[in-house]
Amino acid sequence: MSTAVLPRENYLNTDYGLRSWFLTTDHKRICILYLLTITLFFAIGGAFATVMRLDLATPAADLVSDETYNKMFTMHGIIMVFFFLVPSIPATLGNFLIPMMVGAKDVAFPKLNLASWYIFTAGGCFTLWALISGGVDSGWTFYTPFSTLSSNTNVTLAALGIFIAGFSSILTGLNFMVTIHRMRAPGLTWFRMPLFLWSMYAASLIFVLGTPVIAITLLLVAAERVLHLGIFDPARGGDPVLFQHLFWFYSHPAVYIMVVPGMGVVSEIVAAFSRKRIFGYTFVAFSSLAIAILGFLVWGHHLFVAGISVYSALVFSLLSYFVAIPSAIKVFNWTATLYKGSISFATPMLYAFGFIWMFTIGGLTGLFLAALGIDIHVTDTYFVIAHFHYIMVGGAIMAYLGGLHYWWPKMTGRLYPEGWGKLGFITVFLGFNLTFFPQFILGYMGMPRRYHAYPPEFQTLNVLSSAGASILAIGYLIPLVYLLWSLKYGPIAGPNPWGAKGLEWTTSSPPPKHNFETTPIVTEPAYNYSELEETAVV
Amino acid sequence: MAIEHTETTEHVVPKRVYYTIFVILMVMTYTTVQVAYFDLGRFNAVAALLIAFFKASLVVLFFMHVKYAPKLIKLFVLGGLFWLAIMLGITMTDYMTRTPQEFPMSRVNTVQPLPAAHVPTALLG
Ligand SMILES: [Cu+2]
Repeated sequence: MSTAVLPRENYLNTDYGLRSWFLTTDHKRICILYLLTITLFFAIGGAFATVMRLDLATPAADLVSDETYNKMFTMHGIIMVFFFLVPSIPATLGNFLIPMMVGAKDVAFPKLNLASWYIFTAGGCFTLWALISGGVDSGWTFYTPFSTLSSNTNVTLAALGIFIAGFSSILTGLNFMVTIHRMRAPGLTWFRMPLFLWSMYAASLIFVLGTPVIAITLLLVAAERVLHLGIFDPARGGDPVLFQHLFWFYSHPAVYIMVVPGMGVVSEIVAAFSRKRIFGYTFVAFSSLAIAILGFLVWGHHLFVAGISVYSALVFSLLSYFVAIPSAIKVFNWTATLYKGSISFATPMLYAFGFIWMFTIGGLTGLFLAALGIDIHVTDTYFVIAHFHYIMVGGAIMAYLGGLHYWWPKMTGRLYPEGWGKLGFITVFLGFNLTFFPQFILGYMGMPRRYHAYPPEFQTLNVLSSAGASILAIGYLIPLVYLLWSLKYGPIAGPNPWGAKGLEWTTSSPPPKHNFETTPIVTEPAYNYSELEETAVV
Repeated sequence: MAIEHTETTEHVVPKRVYYTIFVILMVMTYTTVQVAYFDLGRFNAVAALLIAFFKASLVVLFFMHVKYAPKLIKLFVLGGLFWLAIMLGITMTDYMTRTPQEFPMSRVNTVQPLPAAHVPTALLG
């Protein structure tokens, strides 16, 4: 915090006006465009969740009708998965940081990057239109034969919106992979790269290899609805379970699109706030790739009760256990990094701790679900809901918020208020656990998902969950308010407020339009904190 | 920092190659149509798919220049094919071993019915 003024020229003040934003090819400005777009989608998805939790506060179905409730959980899932979680870390932090971390001026294809945002927004508008003009009730999973034969809601429109947004994912993944392959600064070898880059590379692989499958599958659903083909309809020689195979071939790896970038963020934060090189760097780097690859072999664990063969179920169950290995490697290595580190409990670090804890609970309950016997008991219950919210909300969103706080000074040039940051984290953490922990018990006791009425004996736990959801909502509003406040009133951050390692911290905050004054030359491995004498910890 | 142009330089392909490939593609299309007149039993789909695969390979190799591309690009193309094989292959662990008897519900239906006196009347309607 040496200088108390913002750099005179940075990416935010080189041009002004709408044109300079909507036609920008600067990866940093595109990050801001995505940030605003997905925050809007998060608010919409959150509103649907609010209606559900309000309705579930009482056993009787008294707030909304059955049809409306079906639409609420469907639209919550579609918006949150496809329009918030999948793009969350890659499109915002990934866009901002990948060129900076490799020491480049921009991504490999800057125009394609802008096009990706337009495609994403177009897909989002399509889906929003489907929601406004009547909604969808098929569940975010679009299961056939309901989605193709029975549902008389806007399934086709919503599916087309996701189809369009899929191209944004594919192009973003491609852009990131080429950037990491071809644009690294002199001296930045693969094994000197920050782990965030490894995890973004792994996530990009999933984008490129998985997204075409969901796009075509949803197109087939639309085609079956409109043209009555016989792909999924048994009466025409199709197989409804085929849809589930194809859908989960993408949608299981999609979970890793959400969580692997989060793991990259956590690696950066843990190293910076314990002043140590990540323990077992190579293992952590390769475990990202291992998760991306193994993640493609396990989709059948969503189909155990759908009528797949017993042999197939055994294969998928066994393979599912393998994913636990690279995930556990990461958790153990972060923990080992903390050992004898000089740890500071700044807000980003708190979110990283939150991630490690919540991801561990979500991951371990995933092992319960991979076991054939237990899965049959808890399939389609709140146990599953709790499990994947621990991964996606407790894991992915915690990491997203942690990363947003960690790099906020870099993106805006200003610090957020630390006390409010900690308060926000505590509220999110308590609210999250109060919302979702009772759902494990509810699911174990047999409360099915996707119903808006339930037996009275489940009410206590449901009321706890709804109360937690309102705390969680406040927890998300707190950072929104103080981060916006900090844009004008936050203290000037300076180039490296955390005393962290990494190329992005060697340039001014906010960075100049082309990131670096001169092309950086890398001479040391990532997280070279060992020779660090002085720390500038908050 | 700028992308080096040594590896990505466009390979100039003579027009003759494009025309030849185009003619081969047309001939293969004609073959597909002609093969459809013969009933090969379960090999109908196999024959059609083999021809289609051959045609797609030509497009990828020559029209999309993968034949002249560096090894890394070839690796990624093969990776895409390999992932397709994963998707089809593991899905087949289900379809090749699926038998109707394995559905839990159908097993329930083949269980010997209880003597009528023991069945609660609610279940009989
Ligand atoms: Cu899964």
